[in-house]
Amino acid sequence: MSKFSRGALTAAAASVLLLTACSGPAGSNSGGNTNSGQPAGGPLRIAVISHGTAGDSFWNVVKNGAEAAGKELAVTVEYNSDGDPAGQAKLIDNAVAQQVGGLVVSMANPDALRDSISKATKAGIPVITINSGEGRSTEFGAVTHVGQNEGIAGEDAGKRLKQAGKAKLLCVIHEAGNIGLNQRCDGAKRGFGSTSNLQVDISNPTDAQARIKGALQSDPGIDAVLTLNPQVAANTVNAIKESASKAQVATFDLNPDVVTAIKADQVLFAVDQQQYLQGYLPVVFLKLYRDNANTVGGGRPVLTGPGFVDKSNVDAVGKNAERGTR
Amino acid sequence: MATAVGSLDERVARKGLLDRLVARPELGSVLGALAVLFFFSVLTERFLTPLGVATWLDDSATLGIMAVAVALLMIGGEFDLSAGVLTASTALVTAILATKLGWNTWLAILASLVFALAVGALNGWLVMRTGLPSFIVTLGTFLALQGLNLGITRLVTGTVQVSGMRAADGYAGAGFLFASTIDIGGTTFQISIIWWLLAAAAASWLLLRTRFGNWIFAVGGAAPSARAVGVPVMRTKILLFMTTAFAAWLVGTINILRFTTVQANQGIGLEFQFIIAAVIGGCLLTGGYGSAIGAAIGALIFGMARQGIVFARWDSDWFQLFLGVMLLAAVLVNNTFRRRAERVRK
Repeated sequence: MSKFSRGALTAAAASVLLLTACSGPAGSNSGGNTNSGQPAGGPLRIAVISHGTAGDSFWNVVKNGAEAAGKELAVTVEYNSDGDPAGQAKLIDNAVAQQVGGLVVSMANPDALRDSISKATKAGIPVITINSGEGRSTEFGAVTHVGQNEGIAGEDAGKRLKQAGKAKLLCVIHEAGNIGLNQRCDGAKRGFGSTSNLQVDISNPTDAQARIKGALQSDPGIDAVLTLNPQVAANTVNAIKESASKAQVATFDLNPDVVTAIKADQVLFAVDQQQYLQGYLPVVFLKLYRDNANTVGGGRPVLTGPGFVDKSNVDAVGKNAERGTR
Repeated sequence: MATAVGSLDERVARKGLLDRLVARPELGSVLGALAVLFFFSVLTERFLTPLGVATWLDDSATLGIMAVAVALLMIGGEFDLSAGVLTASTALVTAILATKLGWNTWLAILASLVFALAVGALNGWLVMRTGLPSFIVTLGTFLALQGLNLGITRLVTGTVQVSGMRAADGYAGAGFLFASTIDIGGTTFQISIIWWLLAAAAASWLLLRTRFGNWIFAVGGAAPSARAVGVPVMRTKILLFMTTAFAAWLVGTINILRFTTVQANQGIGLEFQFIIAAVIGGCLLTGGYGSAIGAAIGALIFGMARQGIVFARWDSDWFQLFLGVMLLAAVLVNNTFRRRAERVRK
């Protein structure tokens, strides 16, 4: 208790606290160490906890990947998600309370998950981070990170658009609180140059489409739109049709609509981070980690992207997008 | 409530224990909570382990703090749709002042409290002055705050999150008060649970043992009659909105100190959970009836159900369906008891 010189705490709360051992939140440097707490072999249970909202097409593919790996390796995989960081932290606490054998977490908001993840590593549960949070993964004691570097992906997309001869880019952010989306647009700006951002709300596609239309009409100089989600890409294709703009669309991530649109020359290319791998690989890695003490990546992230899907390879990829694996 | 022994007036006559129990607005929620507790304890292995209990109590705590304040407001006959977003706004104010302007954490928290009370007072004042339903007025504040949260955060930080709270001056002390953990038998419990109990106790005392509590029931039941007998309706309602704002500040502070980061779109949609918890706890949507303890238990049901579903390992695709059915069931149980209670009271 002496650690807290501000011990002159107010009234009732303190008196209750004094009866039990208590501790404030930890200071800045608490690196977790991972130890495989379970013997090799036997049943393994892995919890996958993402920050996606229920019903999001992107995260559905991640879930499919994790479940497919689980089936192939006879590992029980449970997927849960909560877009609110506090809710996600509680889901992690829940998984720790259930003593799962491994934890896969997407870290859109690493600081908020810090305590929960360190609880997991302290309990000897190996953690693999996926999708976002690459920079903080090792610091939190994760075994490895599986994902795409958002900044690099954005930059590459920007460069490709520049090579296609575009002059003015609009980057559409569809989720207000997501840091990864901002990194993509910042990256695109580095790779492309003249770029402006537009904020839309993915949960209201009508509104998203109208706002994109408005942006295109108010600035006819825009000849390229980069969307960060396939659904928004489809909205943008419609918006372009309705506003007689000459802009072309590029997008992050695939879905069957985008595949059709690429075939029809309505979408130039899709940056594919192959999120199926972000579900599939961690399950394999955790199984290998437990059974064979393997680690992958050598302290560096395992990159699942950016891959690019354009007219040249869209047929092969498209078939799989329909199955929900791309 | 049981002092009128010997009186012949049936309105104050002493009733049997069962009748008195049934007449309590929170009875339904207590039974609901026991049912949910029993259900998940039998169904899952880890729900009732200390770590499991810590998990669902944690989930219930911040929701419960808000539900208690929202219950008071609802008994007073009003809604606050801005309450969810305000939990994020207060956290953002604290975080921006402490990390971007280098303020001491305590000072930042205090400024955030002033901000919250101002928003609450504005809500109340607008509702009273315009005569518009609070549903509309606070919907306006909800949208305005949502825009402010994102706009100011992006303006100040260039991104959509504010983090780095851990490095701010005075973090350890404030963190101790709002975000520490308590170790009981090797299991860590969040201090927010204690804040939740305190909030429930304080609100219940206010409602049942003070003159202000009588005013709350009066303005919610029939504002014109209340005004006629000298209840300061305007002051009471403004204070109620400020109470909700105060609770939002408390939750925002707990969140920012615990998670040390806040994102601009946090809190949206939570306002309905607060209202649901209060309704499960026995509050009427029409005002004038309800209980603070009931709302705290309503939050407990919500938290237990939400985490219990995860413990039960049900497919998360169906998560909201399970939650919806369970909450509906809780409310129906509640309603049955309230009808019975009303019969007893007559």
